[in-house]
Amino acid sequence: MGIVVEHLCKRFGDFVAVDDVSLRVERGQLAAMLGPSGGGKSTILRMIAGLEKADSGTVELGGARVDHMHTRDRQVGFVFQHYALFRHMTVEKNVGFGLSVRKVPEDEKRARVNEMLKLMNLTGFEKRYPDQLSGGQRQRVALARALAPRPRLLLLDEPFGAVDAKVREELGRWLRNLHDELDVTSIFVTHDQEEAFSLADKVMVIAKGRLEQSGQPVDILDQPATEFMARFVGDANVFDSVVRDGVALVGRVAVPVRGFEDGSAVRLVIRSYDLKFFKQEDGPAIVHRMLYLGDRVKVDASIEGAGPIFAQFPRRSSLLRGIEPGCRIGIEVTLARAFAKP
Amino acid sequence: MRPALTPTSRWSLLLRGAVIAWMLLLVVLPLVALAIHGLRSGVPFFWAAITEPQAKDAVALTLWTALLISLINAVLGTATAWLITRYRFRGRRLLATLIDLPLAIPTLVTGIMLVVLFGPMSPLGAWFEGHGIYVAFHSPIIVLALGFVTLPFSVRMVQPVLADMDRAEEEAAASLGASRLVTFLRIIWPSIGPAVLGGALQTFARAMAEFGSIVVVSGNVPHETLTAPVYIYGQVESGDSHGAAAVALALVTLSLLVTLFSKLMVRWGVRRHA
Repeated sequence: MGIVVEHLCKRFGDFVAVDDVSLRVERGQLAAMLGPSGGGKSTILRMIAGLEKADSGTVELGGARVDHMHTRDRQVGFVFQHYALFRHMTVEKNVGFGLSVRKVPEDEKRARVNEMLKLMNLTGFEKRYPDQLSGGQRQRVALARALAPRPRLLLLDEPFGAVDAKVREELGRWLRNLHDELDVTSIFVTHDQEEAFSLADKVMVIAKGRLEQSGQPVDILDQPATEFMARFVGDANVFDSVVRDGVALVGRVAVPVRGFEDGSAVRLVIRSYDLKFFKQEDGPAIVHRMLYLGDRVKVDASIEGAGPIFAQFPRRSSLLRGIEPGCRIGIEVTLARAFAKP
Repeated sequence: MRPALTPTSRWSLLLRGAVIAWMLLLVVLPLVALAIHGLRSGVPFFWAAITEPQAKDAVALTLWTALLISLINAVLGTATAWLITRYRFRGRRLLATLIDLPLAIPTLVTGIMLVVLFGPMSPLGAWFEGHGIYVAFHSPIIVLALGFVTLPFSVRMVQPVLADMDRAEEEAAASLGASRLVTFLRIIWPSIGPAVLGGALQTFARAMAEFGSIVVVSGNVPHETLTAPVYIYGQVESGDSHGAAAVALALVTLSLLVTLFSKLMVRWGVRRHA
């Protein structure tokens, strides 16, 4: 079931949580809503589910307007950030809840519950209560409960926010597989870029209540539409400069810039992996520190007359040859994005 | 293995002893004294004293008014707790303060306030009487007085439980297709049920014991508006300490039984929903 959201707005008192957001997710897609916390992602998700009432704008699910429909009639599976399992019910009762309130016959219900528990690797935990489960198990119960009534839409609010990094990665891959097996359209909310880019078919970046950009992960990574996007994705260096003959100078480093007239003030955003450092006796920059981050090395330097800059290289990269704290280097910018200075 | 007595645990022994002695003096000994006194002239006498028509009617009146106000508190107290935890509105703080006010007012004063308000000479009392409803010196005012002195009990028991509930559970129920009623019965009630019952219990025990306001408002007509505590007071006043002790013993026993019963209910409920 496709999702179409048009001009959605929501205020809480004076605070504008969601500001004219329009987005669409095609049937069968797994989409991610990515952005800093407090940016309105969860609110949008809750409005799609009908848990929050929009001030204005429309939500269409599978081609039908659902704005005036109560949550219980939207056939949406919702997975809450802190699971929200029914604490006085066993795993079995939790998973069967959506079926028993819809008056599904007892034997059919039992079969579906068992099927879900098996799918979620929870067989044997039927009689446990939520407080007798680990974080990962609770997460899976929450998913089983949401999926048991066969929703057309699965919405997940920070689904892996409360588990540790290792389990998080595992659950993520597992969610992707699960999504591909079921005929369902899913949106998950996350503030973790890696999670969004590695799992989703489509990434929608939300910040300060607005949709900054949406598209395939590769497009978002390589074609940031705004300065915010360029800075938000990955780690970036930012410099202000002025264009002369298609080049913007940062200290003595020349950065090629296209599409700006001579004399225009620009803001340059340079990702930490779009740089080359090399040893150079009279180079324009000095290396200060080298941080060894497992498989990568982060190099902190400063450009004379322009300020600090950092880059990341693979641990064994030839670009690191001869580079050490205190040495002078030359810098080649392989890719810079320029935006008109605000 | 028991650790050797350190100065600390010697202190704890002393403390334990002191607390137990205090409890004995305050709770156990008076109860024992009452039981002995009430049963001193034998069971037949005790039975005669509590089945005496005036005594029986007094105990019955006390029981049904206490039960009624417990029920009313369970419903209205829960509703009040719901209102002050779930909604933000002008005057919410004032309301929360008003709820505790009855605890600070001497019960005799409560009685006088109610008589002034509902007495036959007051406009409100006269209006009611004009419509054939007798409030003052009749059972309605007994229930009102009990309601006033027990007002905070249910609210204050249920409120923290409600405040502690995870609203997301209710949202989850709604997203799974549950109606408001089903959500209340299957998600909210299992959490607040024990507290509602506990509040009703506190109300019941307090209502059984109420004297100060009742003696002023009820008129104390035997067989009609004479409650058990007031009856006992009358017996004491007229020198029949035996009869007084017997009815008092019956009252205490009933009260303890109800307390015990609902404690068991709560424990049963908690175990089932743990």
